[in-house]
Amino acid sequence: MASVPNTLQSTTPKVALFVTCLVNQFRPNAAFAAISLLEHAGCDVIVPEAQTCCGQPGYNNGLRNAAKETAKSTIKLLEHYDYVVLPSGSCTGMLSKHYPTLLSDDKAWKKRADNLSNKTWELCQFLVECLDAELPPHSGLEGKTISYQDSCSCKRELKNTSAPRQLINQLCIGSNVVELNDTESCCGFGGTFSVKYPDISKRLVSEKSQDIRSTGADVLVSADLGCLMNIAGYTSRTATSPIEIRHIAEILANKRDVPSMATCSLAGSGVSGSDVSDNGASGSKKW
Amino acid sequence: MVMHYKPTSQETPSDSELKNSSHQALFFKAQSSDALLDETLQEALKKAKGGFIEKRSQAIADVESFDSYKQQAQLVKNHTLDHLAYYLTQFEENVVKNGGHVHWASTPEQLNNIILHICERRDAKFVTKGKSMISEEANLNEALEAAGIDVTETDLGEYIIQLAKEPPSHIIVPAIHKTRQQVEALFRETHDLGERDLDKISALVDEARLQLRQKFLDADVGITGANMLIADTGSAMLVTNEGNGDLTATLPKVHIVTASIEKVIPDLESASAILRVLARSATGQPITSYTSLFSGPRDIEDLDGPDEFHVILLDNQRSQMLGSPFEEMLKCIKCGACLNHCPVYSAVGGHAYGWVYPGPMGSVLTPLMTGLKQSSDLPNASTFCGRCEEVCPMGIPLPELLRQLRNREHEEHLTPWKTRFSLQSFMWTIQHPRLFHWLTKMTRLILSNSTLTHFFEKHLFTSWYNSKELPKNHSKGTFMEQYKQNSKQKKK
Repeated sequence: MASVPNTLQSTTPKVALFVTCLVNQFRPNAAFAAISLLEHAGCDVIVPEAQTCCGQPGYNNGLRNAAKETAKSTIKLLEHYDYVVLPSGSCTGMLSKHYPTLLSDDKAWKKRADNLSNKTWELCQFLVECLDAELPPHSGLEGKTISYQDSCSCKRELKNTSAPRQLINQLCIGSNVVELNDTESCCGFGGTFSVKYPDISKRLVSEKSQDIRSTGADVLVSADLGCLMNIAGYTSRTATSPIEIRHIAEILANKRDVPSMATCSLAGSGVSGSDVSDNGASGSKKW
Repeated sequence: MVMHYKPTSQETPSDSELKNSSHQALFFKAQSSDALLDETLQEALKKAKGGFIEKRSQAIADVESFDSYKQQAQLVKNHTLDHLAYYLTQFEENVVKNGGHVHWASTPEQLNNIILHICERRDAKFVTKGKSMISEEANLNEALEAAGIDVTETDLGEYIIQLAKEPPSHIIVPAIHKTRQQVEALFRETHDLGERDLDKISALVDEARLQLRQKFLDADVGITGANMLIADTGSAMLVTNEGNGDLTATLPKVHIVTASIEKVIPDLESASAILRVLARSATGQPITSYTSLFSGPRDIEDLDGPDEFHVILLDNQRSQMLGSPFEEMLKCIKCGACLNHCPVYSAVGGHAYGWVYPGPMGSVLTPLMTGLKQSSDLPNASTFCGRCEEVCPMGIPLPELLRQLRNREHEEHLTPWKTRFSLQSFMWTIQHPRLFHWLTKMTRLILSNSTLTHFFEKHLFTSWYNSKELPKNHSKGTFMEQYKQNSKQKKK
């Protein structure tokens, strides 16, 4: 990833937010939170309206040519901004690592892919490592225990493990961050894997879910919506006590006026929504 | 030197060969679901899982720079693969110089025939075997038994699964799927030894050792695998923890080494580079208990050792990988680290994969060696979490190789039409932003209606919905809908 170009240091960087198809469809709040964080960090945030999906479903399932076309249109759409920021590790990896590989046999396009790769960042990593931004801390999660799930793409593809933790510690004043026992294991989402092998996916997410439970965390966050949908989907089906599951941007920006991604349909008699302290999270009755 | 089996053509495996070799890989999906429900298997897998990971990570932490060890090992393999023909020829020349024989087997069937031929010539009745994955590729035990030869596996894990009539489920720990209780029951059933205390693992090991002792002494032919073939000394290197390899190799009159062609490396210096990463990655040991070099038959002045020494070099599609996008796979040193760290392998065990090699390395090798059509589930049995590539001492980009196989599946129309249709439609739609955003809006509207959502859950997203709730959009629109509306309001 590139360091801050000299010419930009004195001006407001123009940042294109690539929302990602999952956030667009299922968790708009994460994108609004990302915009808020980026604006607080002094960026001029633009959301190019012609954006769709980074093409990963095709790329990972054998549709290489279709993925190439998607890569080209995404590059065309985004290459003129100073930075491209995504609230997702796996989509960031697609743009920054896989587009250059996909287009490696076409010199001109490879150059454009490399250029885009150099200015593409995952949200947390951008805020910490590229901008070293000073963001406003908040006490919205005071007294809460927060755990963070490393997505495999953040962890392995982007080597992005410290930025999200640093941001939670800095911005969520009075909260207590606990690590999962196993921070290495996949949650079992794997994109289309979760529908091709639902039984294995279920086993993996059940192990992840047990681990999350054993930490006693009130809030679980991650930087990838795929993992969150997987964990929240399973938790909603099985949880007997509530847990707040959110995209990390939502807690960093203190935008918690949308309910948790997980509901708690099996809540036993001992635990009901009203037992949960409600620090401004309006959907808490549903937990 | 016996040369009649030198590969002449690179034919792809015939249908009958395929049936034999990958009869189960086709059914990964069903087998993996069964494995998840097998409580005994799950108990065994759970016990094994953490141990390997911790031991490896400790062994790596104990050395100053494991990364530099990895680099050196990779340099050795890269160099050798670039000059594979040279080193194979050099190896052959030196084996012959040492008084041994080299045989070239293009297919597993040829390998079996060569061994049967040797056994027949020596009138062999009893054969002992050290652990050899190559012999698993060839189903050698079956071939020997069919010829009326008594064959005994001498690696403890292999011995157990031979008694249980099962294939190995892990490349370095073949009986990892068995619990202690299962092994005890198996020994009581097989060994007619009356009442005895077998509660402790050490008692089981002692019993197996006693059973095997006579087999070692009776054997006419000993067959071992090889971890490396040293070109400039003509030696086969074998690493074990039980010492069974040495007894198999040195007691019988004939020693046969079975190895695949990519096992060759230039010299002992190169072997050291690989040894430094092999045991650490596999079992978390700095080095295994035994590292043996077998360099031909006994000399006149030697007190013991075999009269005959044979090395059989198996190709089995490997020369096809050379120079292909899958060449990297030939760097595999069969340490098993990718299995031990794979979430899918850890959940379902090795048998679900249906052939000799399970886990990520198996999901690449099985399709390449036995045909993609017969194992099309395997390249898809990965979440692409990337942990296999991270722990692979040889830096093999396993997820990328699996992705390449998925490309082939798509190109060769091996994927189900429904999957193809959905993916193609999706990829077409994302090239048309207006349509895409209209469809996301429609999806959002559908999912906000409980009757329609219910229909989706029951009929379209069943595989997800069976264990997980569908994600909900709790806000008033898709992000783009809301963002556009906000922008309009701002303008006003």
